[in-house]
Amino acid sequence: MMSTNGTRSYSLRIWRQNDNSSPGALVEYRVSDINPQMSFLEMLDHLNDTLERKHEVPIAFESDCREGICGTCGLMIDGRPHGPAAGLTTCGLRMRQFADGATITIEPFRANAFPVLRDLVVDRQAFDRIIQAGGYISVNCGQAPEANSMLIGKDVAEAAMDSAACIGCGACVASCPNASASLFVGAKIRQLALLPQGQAERSRRALRMVEAMDREGFGDCSNHGECEAACPKGISIESIAVMRREYMRTLLARG
Amino acid sequence: MNASSFRPWSSIGKKLFNGLTGIFLMLFIIAHLAGNLTLLVGADAFNGYAEWLHRLGAIVPVMEVGLLALVLAHVVSAVAVYSDRRAARTIRYAVVASKGGASKQTVFSRSMILTGAVLLVFLVLHIWQFRFGPSIAEGYSTVLHGEPVRDLYRLVVETFQNPLWLVFYLAVTVLLGFHLRHGFWSAFQSLGVLTPRTRALAYSAGGVFAIVMVIGFLTLPLWLFFAAEPQSARGIVMVVP
Repeated sequence: MMSTNGTRSYSLRIWRQNDNSSPGALVEYRVSDINPQMSFLEMLDHLNDTLERKHEVPIAFESDCREGICGTCGLMIDGRPHGPAAGLTTCGLRMRQFADGATITIEPFRANAFPVLRDLVVDRQAFDRIIQAGGYISVNCGQAPEANSMLIGKDVAEAAMDSAACIGCGACVASCPNASASLFVGAKIRQLALLPQGQAERSRRALRMVEAMDREGFGDCSNHGECEAACPKGISIESIAVMRREYMRTLLARG
Repeated sequence: MNASSFRPWSSIGKKLFNGLTGIFLMLFIIAHLAGNLTLLVGADAFNGYAEWLHRLGAIVPVMEVGLLALVLAHVVSAVAVYSDRRAARTIRYAVVASKGGASKQTVFSRSMILTGAVLLVFLVLHIWQFRFGPSIAEGYSTVLHGEPVRDLYRLVVETFQNPLWLVFYLAVTVLLGFHLRHGFWSAFQSLGVLTPRTRALAYSAGGVFAIVMVIGFLTLPLWLFFAAEPQSARGIVMVVP
């Protein structure tokens, strides 16, 4: 199977779907001349290039920064969000992770709250609506305040950053057996609960965000913890525990 | 707390109910196992324990109704979580795999609804078999401290000396262990009381708790099958209808 120039070939099973109202199916493709140092997305670019040369419709998939910070490129690769490697987004995944000749199954992130727009592209606006419900802080317009006027300890800043690292890719939802968005929602709630800037809306944030999450039709968290393993930023389910505490705190505060 | 703010059926409320009732049910099975260990001592110890429970008076029906309510709340909240799960992803993945690492997804966590369903069916059978089983009127009577009491020991020994019942109870006990392996730590996580340090502790403790409960509940029927004296030795003649 190994070619003389060290490139690899793969069998791909890729989900093709015209739009949300039509049914989809896995379609098989062959790719060859893949350099093991290519990223997974470059491999798909290469496949699309060959499809276009044959006047076939290229496979729709999302990508933007291709450096692991924008959160658009999530794909379900062999049943795992962002593929087999830990702490990586799909764009950071290299083809050297896949043995020459392997069959790779590529599906969109699946949840009814993430409707498929086309092929591997899903609509994740449900996340935006959850953030709009409470994942924000109020600041006055004008000049930035003097940096030393609001002191935040290094440990607090680091803990908040652990949750703020979320790029909203949706891997937590995709990997969750229940399609729950709890890690995404919990990460924002924990980040803002730790910081002084988040205190103004704290008494209602968790309630509103959880209500929004439920409205979008995500499942409930059964503590499988798969989201933490799937998260390219390694966000801990500690965020989910904090979300639950903050939710109860909100209820009690309302009296 | 006003009605508009309290939503017990939110995604968090469901798990709160499920976790809290689960913790009380775990306390119950600890007490149940501890009490049933009197089976290892002998007929008088076990019958005496059963009789002592019945003489607690008004607490008994309150406890029975309370336990029933706990089970129902646990089941209803679990079914609600399960139905949300079914509704949240109607097109399933062709391939699913765990990413390992920090994941706590196991055969135990994935089978909670199944092991729970088996335990529910078992519970109905178990209560029908012993709570509503043959009593003094049906001849299951013995004398303890000069007073006639129900000979529950005889019923238990007769049941577990039947290999079919023995195998059934052993199998259900293993499934209880499956349920507890994920249920123990998950209950505390659902209540939001765990911190990074106590989460690791609770996860390990869940494994130990499941194993201890399985060993405890396996010991009783096995002991009764292999080691308990036959009922004829106590001067009881088994009446086969």
